[in-house]
Amino acid sequence: MPLFTALTLLLACDQGFVDPSREYGPPVADAPAKVSRVHVPTSLGAVDTPRRDIHGAPIGVSCATCHAGPGEDAIVVGDEGNPEQMHGTIELLHGGLACDACHEPTDRRLLHLADGAKIEMAEAMKLCAQCHGPQARDYQKGAHGGMTGYWDLRQGERVRNHCVECHAPHSPKPPQVQPAPRAVDRVVFPASETH
Amino acid sequence: MEDTSRRTTLKALGATLGAAAFARAMAPLAAWPEDLSIDELLQRHYKELSRDDMVRVLRRLEQETLDQYGAVVTIDDVRPIPEVQFGYALNLSVCVGCRKCAEACHVENNHDRATNQSYIRVLEIKNGSVDLAMGTVDYDHAVPKKGRSYMPVQCHQCDNAPCVSVCPIEATWKEPDGIVVVDYNWCIGCRYCEAACPYHARRFNWHKPEIPAEEINPDQAYLSNRVRPQGVMEKCTFCLHRTRKGRLPACLEACPTGARVFGNMLDPNSEIRWVLENKRTFVLKEDLGTRPRFFYFFDK
Ligand code: SF4
Ligand code: SF4
Repeated sequence: MPLFTALTLLLACDQGFVDPSREYGPPVADAPAKVSRVHVPTSLGAVDTPRRDIHGAPIGVSCATCHAGPGEDAIVVGDEGNPEQMHGTIELLHGGLACDACHEPTDRRLLHLADGAKIEMAEAMKLCAQCHGPQARDYQKGAHGGMTGYWDLRQGERVRNHCVECHAPHSPKPPQVQPAPRAVDRVVFPASETH
Repeated sequence: MEDTSRRTTLKALGATLGAAAFARAMAPLAAWPEDLSIDELLQRHYKELSRDDMVRVLRRLEQETLDQYGAVVTIDDVRPIPEVQFGYALNLSVCVGCRKCAEACHVENNHDRATNQSYIRVLEIKNGSVDLAMGTVDYDHAVPKKGRSYMPVQCHQCDNAPCVSVCPIEATWKEPDGIVVVDYNWCIGCRYCEAACPYHARRFNWHKPEIPAEEINPDQAYLSNRVRPQGVMEKCTFCLHRTRKGRLPACLEACPTGARVFGNMLDPNSEIRWVLENKRTFVLKEDLGTRPRFFYFFDK
């Protein structure tokens, strides 16, 4: 019995650190919170052309290249009579919306909100939020949308994805992708369907 | 006379047996692995190391990685941040099963290249089914497939962890910030913990991991992603070498759908708290009483 007691005591003592200063790291200094900013992709305010770069990605042309200023007809360059040439790569699969539902007809470099207020392309998320309320709320709370950086804003900043980085504005449903290769496990868990 | 001779015989027999037993006891020394140093053999349990001991161990392990893999790495003893309790949640409504998380884990945590190991397994299950046993992990068609849902599974960092209680030598334990860790130098590789884990979250190093020097992630911690020896257990540590320095886990950063939410559950303004308070979250196999820190939720 005494042996048993001694063993129990020994095990009980074994829980903590012999050097208690090793249990925790240093406390984080209460630095002012770093920002959590939204990344604005360059694809905003540009349209894909049929041309490809060396990586095979479509070459974009800024809207302002042709639509140089306010006014529906303010086109300085290009094929005025044939807008299909520039916009032909766009497949519009967004809830049956027409171009002007989002794009500002009096200035093609801009977007407009539901009340007609004009906004810059970079502010597009305000426009998305008008129809997609629950997603916008979840985004604000950090529960929707990818991010990189720090969970602890005392220690570093965080960069949030913009809506259009995952949802192409003209066809927002993300396409199917090929998954990354799986692990070659000794144990296949659970049993494969094919077995 | 007769008696004496019997005694002599017995003595001789005893000596033979003794020699055989001695030889047997010493056999492991004959099979002493070349890469096992005396320092490593005599190394104490992680919690029994003083700061100075720890520094010596870290420098030795860095040297070993250089000798064995040709890679210059930094191994730190990254300790928990006071007043932080980690939690992780995953949105099953948006996960598409792309395995980008598993791939990021593979790279971040210096997994064996040949087996493409990762601490994350993504289950593909029929829509509306909760029968995980009918799910598959070896799909390779384009995702998301119509009529299928995806459920990534990794260590749930249980507060009542069965893997911890079964370990016969306390080589695995729960840290103050909630992460369950393994001392790879203390583990004897009995695999009890692997059998005990209801989420199948532990991996065993059947082989010495093979990783080209230029692919080794040099930012390492003793309790997480340093290259593991052969014959020991390993598991997800919520990337403690990143998260204990305030950074997001590698799998979260890699997720293209934003399905993953990570943070400090003690901070009332954190994203993870908002999810726990406002979404219908659930844990896997709740009935087992493991009390996971990994939560699943749906948008609707
Ligand atoms: S990376 Fe994200 S979307 Fe892809 S399988 Fe992992 S959790 Fe799901
Ligand atoms: S495999 Fe290692 S960590 Fe797991 S129970 Fe055995 S000794 Fe403990």
